[in-house]
Amino acid sequence: MQTNWRNNHFLHLDKPLLFGLLLLSGIGLFVLYSAGDQNLDLMLRQMLRLLVGFGIMLLLAQIQIQHIVRWIPWLYLGVIVLLILVLAIGEVSNGSQRWLNIGLFRFQPSEVMKLAVPLMVTWYFADKALPPNYGRLLLAILIITIPVILVSMQPDLGTSLLIASSGLFVLLLAGISWRIIFGITTLGTLLAPIFWIFILHEYQKERIRTLFYPEKDPLGAGYHIIQSKIAIGSGGVYGKGWLNGTQSHLQFLPERTTDFIFAVYSEEFGLIGVLVLLSIYIFILARGVYIAIHAQDTFSRLLVGSLILTFFVYIFVNMGMVIGLLPVVGLPLPLISYGGTSIVTLMAGFGLIMAVHTHRRFLSS
Amino acid sequence: MSSTRFILKDITRENKIFNNRLIVAGIIIFIILSIIVVRLVFLQIINYENYTTLSEKNRIKILPLPPTRGLIYDRNGVLLAANRVSYSLEIIPEKIKNIEKMIEALSKIVTIKETDITRFKKLLKQTHRFKTVPLRYRLTEDEVARFSVQGHRFPGIDIKSNLSRYYPLEATGVHVIGYVGRINERELKIIDKSNYMGGHYIGKTGIEKYYEKELHGITGNQHVETNVQGRIVRVLKRKSPVPGKNLYLNIDIFFQKYIERLISKERAAVVAIEPKSGGILALVSAPSYDPNLFVNGIDVKTYHKLRDSLDRPLFNRAIQGKYPPGSTVKPYVGLAGLEYAVRTRYNRTWCRGWYTLKGQKHRYRDWKRSGHGSMNLHRALEQSCDVYFYALAHDLGIERLHTFLTRFGFGKKTGIDISSELSGLVPSREWKRKKRRKLWYPGETLIVGIGQGFMQATPLQLAVATATLSNRGRFKQPRVVFAIEDAQLNEMTVVKPTQQEMITLKQEVYWDTAINGMKAVVHARRGSAYKVGKDSDYRFAGKTGTAQVVAIKQRETYNADKLDKKFHDHALFVAFAPLKKPRIAVSVIVENGGSGSKMAAPIAKKIMDYYLLPNSPLYLATKTSQ
Repeated sequence: MQTNWRNNHFLHLDKPLLFGLLLLSGIGLFVLYSAGDQNLDLMLRQMLRLLVGFGIMLLLAQIQIQHIVRWIPWLYLGVIVLLILVLAIGEVSNGSQRWLNIGLFRFQPSEVMKLAVPLMVTWYFADKALPPNYGRLLLAILIITIPVILVSMQPDLGTSLLIASSGLFVLLLAGISWRIIFGITTLGTLLAPIFWIFILHEYQKERIRTLFYPEKDPLGAGYHIIQSKIAIGSGGVYGKGWLNGTQSHLQFLPERTTDFIFAVYSEEFGLIGVLVLLSIYIFILARGVYIAIHAQDTFSRLLVGSLILTFFVYIFVNMGMVIGLLPVVGLPLPLISYGGTSIVTLMAGFGLIMAVHTHRRFLSS
Repeated sequence: MSSTRFILKDITRENKIFNNRLIVAGIIIFIILSIIVVRLVFLQIINYENYTTLSEKNRIKILPLPPTRGLIYDRNGVLLAANRVSYSLEIIPEKIKNIEKMIEALSKIVTIKETDITRFKKLLKQTHRFKTVPLRYRLTEDEVARFSVQGHRFPGIDIKSNLSRYYPLEATGVHVIGYVGRINERELKIIDKSNYMGGHYIGKTGIEKYYEKELHGITGNQHVETNVQGRIVRVLKRKSPVPGKNLYLNIDIFFQKYIERLISKERAAVVAIEPKSGGILALVSAPSYDPNLFVNGIDVKTYHKLRDSLDRPLFNRAIQGKYPPGSTVKPYVGLAGLEYAVRTRYNRTWCRGWYTLKGQKHRYRDWKRSGHGSMNLHRALEQSCDVYFYALAHDLGIERLHTFLTRFGFGKKTGIDISSELSGLVPSREWKRKKRRKLWYPGETLIVGIGQGFMQATPLQLAVATATLSNRGRFKQPRVVFAIEDAQLNEMTVVKPTQQEMITLKQEVYWDTAINGMKAVVHARRGSAYKVGKDSDYRFAGKTGTAQVVAIKQRETYNADKLDKKFHDHALFVAFAPLKKPRIAVSVIVENGGSGSKMAAPIAKKIMDYYLLPNSPLYLATKTSQ
C-alpha cells in the first residue's frame, strides 16, 4: 500500500536541514569562543547541549508523526499542570519563577509549551474542516491563551510571546479569514494601552521606554542597547576580526554570550558576516517552508509551518532587540546564543519537522 | 486516525489556503529581514565612524603619570626635601561587603585611628564605588609586612606605594623650604589641572610654593586599554613624565641650624645675606614646626595647637613679621640728611635728653634721659642719639624721608623667592590720608626718624637694606635658590637676581660717614654695642635698635620688670662684616627681647663668628654634633 522510498536508509534525516543546523551551530561555537573570552569550559558545556539537542532531533526524526498524535492532548495537559506547579513551588531566579527542580535537574516547563501549544492546536484542527468556524476558533484561542497567561505570570514575556505566536501561526496557516486577523490586530492595538497599564510589569515598561530613548539612562536601563549598538556599529563592513571585538572582550557589552551574542558577532565579522548568517537562517527557513508545502497531511503541514515561523520569530525578536528595533526581551539567537533549554526545544522542533519529511508516504491511489 | 474523518475536508482548498498563507508569511519575513539589513547598514556603514569613536572612547583611557618632584639641597648638597616611598592602605569599596567589619578586622593588623576612619568615610562619599579610597597613609615597615602575610584575607584591600614628600631635617629651615600638602579647592581653580592629574601635592609655603613650577615637573600619560571595571588590560601609548628640577639653595643648612639653636627659646627672626650676591645664607623664624606634619594632611587637633599657639610657630617672622625698625633705621635717615643737604657730617645738634617742636609742650624723649650733649652724625649713630634724628627728621620732612627710605627697599617687597612676603610700611602724608583719612602731624615725622610710629619693616628688609648699605648702594635682590638643576639634561642653571639697582648718592663719602658711624657702634668705647665688638677678631659695622611695643606716657619711664613680657620692647640688631669687602649682612629681631644691644647684638655677633671664623670652637662644636 505504501512504499517509503527513504526507509531503505538507516536514519531518517533531512540532509539540507541538518547541514544548515550544523553550520549554524559551528558558527555559534566560534562566536561563543570569542564572546566567552576563550573559555573552553563554556564551549564544552555548549557542545554538550548541542549534542543533546541533535540527539533529540535525530530521535524524533525517526518517529512516525502519526504514532505520537494521540499523546498530544496528554502532553499539553501535563505541561499545563507543570506550569501551575511552577507558579506554586517553582524556583525563583532573577526575579521570576520559571524552574522546576526535579531532584536530578532543573527544568523549565514553559520551554516544552513552545512545542506543546502548536502540537495541540494542530491536533485540534487536523481532522476538522478548514478554515475553522468561530466556535472552533474560540476553543483554539483558549488552548493558546491558558499557557500564555500561565507563563506570563512567571513572568517570562519572551517565552509567552513565542508560545502565543506558535499557536497563532497554526491559526493563520489553517486559514482563518483575513477579516478576523485584521480584527484581532485592530483590537490588540486598541487594547494596548490597557495592556500597558494593567498587565505589564514596571521593568517591562522600562524596557520599552528604553528602546525609544536609550540615551535617557545610559548607565541604567539604556546601557545594554547603547553598548550593543556601539559594538555592532563599530564592526563596520568587515568587522574587527574574530577574537578582536573590543566592546565584548573588554566586557562593555553585557550578556554577550547569551542574548546579546549577535552584537559580538556583528562587531567581529561586520556586515558581511551578518549577511552570511542571515543567509544560513534564510536557507533553514526556506527548507522548512519547502517541507511544509510538501507535507502530505494537514497535521504535518500546519505543524511544520507553525514551527518554522516560530523559528523566524526567534531570529527576528533577538536581532531586533540587539540592533535596537525591539524592546529588550530575553530571547536567545537560535543555535548561536549560549543557553540550555532553548536549544533542546528548538532541536526537538526540527526533529519533528524532519520526521514529517522523511516519513512521507506515497499515496497509492 | 480513521480515514472517514477526512471526508469533510476539502483538501485542495486547504492546500491552496495554506500555500497562500505561507506566501504571505514569506513576504512578511522578507520585509522584516530587509528592515534588519537596512538597520545594520545604518549602524555599520552610515554610522560606522560615530560608533567606532564611541567604542574607542569606551576602550581607551588616558591615565596620568605624575612626575617625581624635584629635590631641594642646601648650598653644600645636603638634602632638605626628599621623596620617599610611603605605603598606603587602599580600599576598593565595591569589593567590600561590610565596611565596618572590614575596618574592625584590619585594625587588628594595622593601627587605624579614629581620625583615619573619619577621613576615610568622608572620602568614601566622594569617590566612585570602583575607585580606590585610602584608609591609612604612611604604613610602617612592620605594618606592611604584617598585611602582606594576611592580605589574602582582605580582598579589595591593597597596599599602594607612592612617593611622598619628606623633610629629613624636620623643623630646620621650614620657613625657607616650606612644605607641600594636598591640593585644596582654591588651588584647584588656579592650577593647570591636566598637569596635576594623578598628583596630590602642591607647594604650600616657602620655596616649595615659589618654585612649584620647577619642582613639580610635567605630568606624562599613558593610553591604556581598560575593561568595563576600569582595569588595565594593556598599555597602548606612553608619554613619560618630566621630573621636577632640583634646587640648590644659597642656604647653608648647618649655619641655619646653628642660628635656630641660638634663638630656639625666643620668638625671633634672623636673616643673613651675602651682600655681594644677595644670596640668603640663613633665614630663621623661631619657633618653628615640623613640615612633615602637613604633607599628608595634618590632623585638626595638632593643627589647632600650632595655629593657636601664642608663639605663632606657623608665622614666618623673617618675611612677614612687621616690626618698628627702631634705631636700626638711623643710618638711612642720616644718609637722607646728607643727600638732601639738610646736614653735613660736621653739623652738630645739642641733645639735652628731649626734643620739642616749636610751640608745643610735648617732649620727644631721648632714650638717655640726661642727653648726649653735642652730636654730629657719626656720634649720633655711635650712641644712637634720638634727639639728633628727631631734629633731622623734622628738617627733612616726611616726604623726603619717605622717598629716601623707599629707595633702600623699605615699605616694598624685596622680591625674595619665598612666597607671601609682606611689604612693611614707610608712612607718608598721602598714605595717611588714604588709609587713615587723617592729616599728617609734624610729630609723627619725628618718630619715623627713629624708626617708630607707623613705620614697619620686616627682618628681611632690614637685612637687605644693611646689605645694600654695605655694598655702598648696590642693591641685590635677595635669593634663596642658588641654582636649578635639570637632572635629565644634567644641566645646572644659576639663578640670577632679576632686579639689580644702584643707589647713587651725591658724594661717595656719605657712605663712609654712615658706615663709620655703624663701625663706631661696635668698636668705639661709647658705641651702643661696644661690648659685642670690642674683642672681635674682625672689624664690622652694626646698629642697635630697640622697638617700643607700647607707647610710654609722658611722665612714665620704661620699666621692663613692671611690664608683662609681651609688652617688652623688641630687641633689634643689624650688622655686616667684615668692614672691608663684607661677606655677610645680618638682621636679628628678638620679640620682647628688651634692649637691642644686650639681646640682639650678641646673637648677631655669634652668627657672624660662625660664618666668618670657620675654625672657631663654636663652629667645630656644631660641626661635630651634626
